[in-house]
Amino acid sequence: MTGCMQAVASRRDRAAFAELFQYYGPRVKSYLMRLGTDDESAEELMQEAMLLVWRKAEQFDATKAAAGTWIFAIARNLRVDALRRQKRPEIDHEDPALVPDGDPRADILVEREEQWERVRAALRSLPREQAHVIEMSFFDDKPHSEIAAELNLPLGTVKSRIRLAMGRIRNAMGDEQ
Amino acid sequence: MTPHHHASDELLLAYAAGRLDESLALLVATHLALCPHCRAEVERMEVLGGTIIEDLPPAPVASDALDVVLDRLDEEWEGPPARSRMEKIEDESARMLPQPLRDYLGGRLNTLKWRKLGPGVRQFQIIPRREGIATSLLRIAPNTAIPHHGHGGSEHTLVLAGSYMDETGQFRRGDVQSADDELTHRPVSGGEEECYCLIVADAPLRFTGLAGRILQPFLRF
Ligand SMILES: [Zn+2]
Repeated sequence: MTGCMQAVASRRDRAAFAELFQYYGPRVKSYLMRLGTDDESAEELMQEAMLLVWRKAEQFDATKAAAGTWIFAIARNLRVDALRRQKRPEIDHEDPALVPDGDPRADILVEREEQWERVRAALRSLPREQAHVIEMSFFDDKPHSEIAAELNLPLGTVKSRIRLAMGRIRNAMGDEQ
Repeated sequence: MTPHHHASDELLLAYAAGRLDESLALLVATHLALCPHCRAEVERMEVLGGTIIEDLPPAPVASDALDVVLDRLDEEWEGPPARSRMEKIEDESARMLPQPLRDYLGGRLNTLKWRKLGPGVRQFQIIPRREGIATSLLRIAPNTAIPHHGHGGSEHTLVLAGSYMDETGQFRRGDVQSADDELTHRPVSGGEEECYCLIVADAPLRFTGLAGRILQPFLRF
């Protein structure tokens, strides 16, 4: 899919965009509905998000993100902006006040697409209880204390499951910490 | 120098998932501008979020969805509004503010309408209080003690300049301290320069000492 994204970015390739739409459109809509958006609004937001994918395609940088990460961020921000009717607070990478990365990260050497596949594989092989708290963190509007209460677990257990899961993701991405 | 006290996994995950309210999102994003460590962690969480979505069962979309979007590809689009860059800064002291905080303050700092809270402590409300959430900037003179107090709810502090110290450690530029109702402390600002903090509180501070009780009516962030 990153190849399609690059084709859209570099030469406004409509056929490649249609391919992206057919793959990501239904998934973006599914994501929005999982967050509690009703069918009609999710359809509308999904179409807007995919339109933004086309419009912002020039900003896509395959060395920084896989297509899936980039499209997810667009859909997420669009939803936040629609809910609040204003821009989500975000850093500006051009900002002179931004503290730059200390040493170049090892993952720059790894292809994003490959990294993406490895994270996907790591996610699938996470122990069920770790995957569960990660999913709840992404989709459910609840603090970790509530997730812990719901699962009948001490808060510390929820926190350590998240730490363990993030450790596996870090390994999958080839990041040393 | 990069921060020593980071935003919690919970805050970073909620930010990556797009689930934080505006005030906390502002605090986390401002920390990210100052902290390459958490920035990398949020990037990983975004990759994770993308893969989770990719594995969701696809939802049926409208049968004409692709055609509708294809028809709109050539529409004019003005793009996102430009951000206030360094050139737009009116007030030199605001240079130390990273984005996105600088946008909220319009490139000003000294010339903001600071409200005096007590000796050596001034406050500026950044976002109007709503749903009990207060978002403000605190400006504390060097070597000033904030009276001993507890917290009725959660309170998150991000240091922007100067430093302060309490029973749990020292906090400098970029550091985050998240306090809940279990923490009572007596922060004292460092002597080197004025201390500026961004504070997001979801409940007013409760003061435990007598000096605190006198101050309390003023300290409504
Ligand atoms: Zn950090």
